[in-house]
Amino acid sequence: MSTAFTSPDTASALRFITCGSVDDGKSTLIGRLLVDSKSVLQDQLAGVQRSGETDLALLTDGLSAEREQGITIDVAYRYFATPARKFIIGDAPGHEQYTRNMVTAASSADAAVVLVDATKLDWRSPELALLPQTRRHSLLVHLLRVPSLVFAVNKLDAVEDPALAFAHIQAALERFARDAGIRVAATVPVSALKGWNVVTPHENWCGYSGPSLLQWLEGLPGTPADIALPVALPVQWVEKFSSSSDTSQGRRVFWGRLGAGQLQVGQSVQIFPSGQSAVVAQVLDHARRPTEVAAGHSAGVVLDREVDVSRGDWILAAPDAQPVADDDFDTPEPAPVGRRDLTATVAWMDDEPLVPGRLYWALHGHRWVKAKVRRVVHHLDIHTLAEEPAANLQANAIGVVELALQEALPLRAFNEARIQGALILVDTASHKTAAAALAH
Amino acid sequence: MNASIAPQVLTQLSNHHLDALEEETIFILREVAATFERPALLFSGGKDSLVMLRCAEKAFGAGRLPYPLLMIDTGHNFPEVTDFRDLRAKELGAELIVRSVEDSMARGTVRLAHPGESRNVHQSVTLLEAIEEFRFDALIGGARRDEEKARAKERIFSHRDSFGQWQPKAQRPELWTLFNTRIAPGEHFRVFPISNWTELDVWQYIEREQIALPSIYYTHPREVVERRGLLVPVTLLTPPREGEEVVTRDVRFRTVGDITCTCPVESTAASAADIVIETLAADVSERGATRMDDKTSDASMEKRKKEGYF
Repeated sequence: MSTAFTSPDTASALRFITCGSVDDGKSTLIGRLLVDSKSVLQDQLAGVQRSGETDLALLTDGLSAEREQGITIDVAYRYFATPARKFIIGDAPGHEQYTRNMVTAASSADAAVVLVDATKLDWRSPELALLPQTRRHSLLVHLLRVPSLVFAVNKLDAVEDPALAFAHIQAALERFARDAGIRVAATVPVSALKGWNVVTPHENWCGYSGPSLLQWLEGLPGTPADIALPVALPVQWVEKFSSSSDTSQGRRVFWGRLGAGQLQVGQSVQIFPSGQSAVVAQVLDHARRPTEVAAGHSAGVVLDREVDVSRGDWILAAPDAQPVADDDFDTPEPAPVGRRDLTATVAWMDDEPLVPGRLYWALHGHRWVKAKVRRVVHHLDIHTLAEEPAANLQANAIGVVELALQEALPLRAFNEARIQGALILVDTASHKTAAAALAH
Repeated sequence: MNASIAPQVLTQLSNHHLDALEEETIFILREVAATFERPALLFSGGKDSLVMLRCAEKAFGAGRLPYPLLMIDTGHNFPEVTDFRDLRAKELGAELIVRSVEDSMARGTVRLAHPGESRNVHQSVTLLEAIEEFRFDALIGGARRDEEKARAKERIFSHRDSFGQWQPKAQRPELWTLFNTRIAPGEHFRVFPISNWTELDVWQYIEREQIALPSIYYTHPREVVERRGLLVPVTLLTPPREGEEVVTRDVRFRTVGDITCTCPVESTAASAADIVIETLAADVSERGATRMDDKTSDASMEKRKKEGYF
């Protein structure tokens, strides 16, 4: 088994998902990655031998219902490492009815490998049509701001003119990506079954002589944190009056994962929603060592005065960077900026359709508020990318809705700020997670 | 052990990813403390739960664990592990709740098919009884996704219905770190803060943090018999069968659990650093090398999880 040596630019593990349509060969591709990078152990390999043949897909399809039906139902997480990097794979299902699981995997991914099955496409046609799931998954990956998307055109070993097929499919993928505004990191021809271009490059096959899929993955960036934005920390956990030396001032520590910016001692901050101001007296990292903390990491904050802060509140950069005087408690604070109306793109996941007029729970940061659907603005036709009028959103649909919130939230557009722009909607009756919502 | 892997790999091994794993685990441990009314941390005294405890010490400060420790005792434990469990709980000043399969047997809620049967599967019954008794709404466990195929599918916050059942086809989407922890009365969550750790990560962390473990994780001479490629420890519960030869081998346990289904591996590793090197060279998985009960069916773990097993 290989190990996790690192180079400076790709020091972090890469979390990537594999997606695409059913039977595109995702499980086989992952099996191939694991076997050819020598990350599969003997007993696991023995478990997928059937009458002498190795079925690589069985390495990942772990549920009995999946083996019965030969499909992937839920995300399987796999771990492997090469001398260059450590990887976490989210093997996402292809079936439309399990799109919610694909979105689950994509929400924490640094990269997405969208598999395209060359044998399912009419690659001789000048207007080559991509499969709906290729489009849907690419759009979802793009909406969720997964930093890198790689198309892997699979099963090219099974078509009669692989070079021509790859050229036509690549052109169709690029056309679609351009129309949808999706940036593509690479398009790689592969044979997951034979192992060509998966781990080891297969020289000049299909007219392609670039890096193998794994070589691409080794070089892709992690997800950049929103460090350049003003400080925004959703308060996760309030630690009360600790006697430990780190918190000797006797004040409470506010813990949370920093959504944006950089936290350091001496910064002026404002609490949302109370509007109270304070100065950061101490910053602890996730393991309670004093330091500065950057977006993406957990921080503990001690403020210079007693202010009312609870779980669900936000510690935000003060609106203007003016220092806060110590004795201005009587001065009314300016109210922090919050919004009670929200337009959001939603990926609808519940089997119960989204209906205007209904109330849902919304979770934003660590705060739960009620959200009422005012109207469905439109529904996105994944074939044409057209914005179609719609009265509701069915399971696995992507659309835009207007929501009215019971309480104001310090929202920003998801396109600018992931943490402040992301919400989930939860059915108030069944408690099922019904949607990923991305604020505009 | 693969001789091509030299001890100097330890100094070259990156620890960077351990910080990210530790941070994720601490975030989850805090989330449970903040969102549930009656959580508990499953604590066996094994390596995975000791790693979680170290993260919990960092998350909440030494001696300030905000939830009790819960142990489901099969009565088939290695004494080195239970002694260590009690010692650690005392050192931490943590409340330790022990509920035993023996008591469930006495109540008649667990019936064994035969006396020597592994009690691992029956832990589910005792666990669900403990959940009902204490009205726990979240149980934190040290399961890792790299252990087994059904575990690889499970969410970090895994919803269980009022029968403690896992429904793999109806798992809640888990988006970003916005964990939907809403439950109806009688339901609960199983929470897996070290989901994304591998066996190697665990040993690298134990080595980095100098976490103390029960002695049987390290090399020691032990009487065993070789059975179907496994080294079966000779104990009162697992005597040698007729015709089997008892031999003494230098062994260590990669995982500890019910005596009747946990096997050691041959090893001279005397420290966590030694084990990191051995793990790098291992060509058999943790469960493949050590567990007798997982081999019965490809879906045995999934079946047990659906029935309320951890």
